[in-house]
Amino acid sequence: MIVRIMGEGQVRLADSHLAELNRLDDELLAEVRGGDEDGFRRTFHALLDKVRELGEALPDDALEPSGLILPAPGATLDEVRALLDDDGLIPSV
Amino acid sequence: MSGVMKRMGMIFRAKANKALDRAEDPRETLDYSYQKQLELLQKVRRGVADVATSRKRLELQLNQLQGQSTKLEDQGRKALALGREDLAREALSRRAALQQQVTDLETQHTTLQGEEEKLTLAAQRLQTKVDAFRTKKETIKATYTAAQAQTRIGEAFSGISEEMGDVGMAIQRAEDKTAQLQARAGAIDELLASGALEDQSGVARDDIAAELDRISGGTDVELELQRMKAELAGGSPQQAIEGGKGEQQDAPRNTDKFNKQ
Repeated sequence: MIVRIMGEGQVRLADSHLAELNRLDDELLAEVRGGDEDGFRRTFHALLDKVRELGEALPDDALEPSGLILPAPGATLDEVRALLDDDGLIPSV
Repeated sequence: MSGVMKRMGMIFRAKANKALDRAEDPRETLDYSYQKQLELLQKVRRGVADVATSRKRLELQLNQLQGQSTKLEDQGRKALALGREDLAREALSRRAALQQQVTDLETQHTTLQGEEEKLTLAAQRLQTKVDAFRTKKETIKATYTAAQAQTRIGEAFSGISEEMGDVGMAIQRAEDKTAQLQARAGAIDELLASGALEDQSGVARDDIAAELDRISGGTDVELELQRMKAELAGGSPQQAIEGGKGEQQDAPRNTDKFNKQ
């Protein structure tokens, strides 16, 4: 599975790690929806750290779409919510 | 239940597919997309240049503020040498306010540097991907058969369009940040120009200098006398009263940490 961290690039992750990531991912969505700023921060960075730790960077010339995409590390809860509610934030190509 | 990662993945894919579906002939999509990629690359390079310009401006301001700070410190020292503790206190409290600005600007400087680094890396990544896309595009066109083209074009296109979406947002973020900083920098420039920097006392900034000038009408004589007295008393002249009128120290004495161009 290929995962992109926005602003950082893509990594490839063994499928065996997905269960753990999914758990954090679902938790994160609940925190975004519930507006739990502290929880969001914690879970978001735990998720980013996990992806960085377990993933292997794709070469720069790879042209593969990602199965999963994470917001940039500096993103706030509001920004993430806006990304999910309104895909107008992501520039069309 | 799907999480943030999954949903964002879906949004990006939907965007890419929508763009792909608009095309009559997939080969046109390839060329059109390639043009868009080149445009985005230009934009990213401009973005990097803008951030760099902002960063340099900040460095300039930091140096100016440091200079002001040094000047106030010297004024404080001189006022103290002339026995005017009230003036010295005023100069030093203004200097403290300035230091607050300096700390603030240093934080922003670090932020901008980080932004610049990220954008530079993003530009490199995008450049490499654009080159890879061009190669792939030519291969697909050379061996074009309508049956397999859709799939292969779709794959290459999703990959690059996701990258473009990501970089596009990074550029947007950098532009927003830069614009905010530019506005603040403009305000600080005005303050520096008017000399009214962070003046909590509400009096014009150069009143200290004016007062010092006024009382140092006889300063040089006073200082000379003190020096002689000190010598006669067998002591050494005070360091603190070195540098009388006509020896304005404009040159900031601080590090040139922010002077790299």
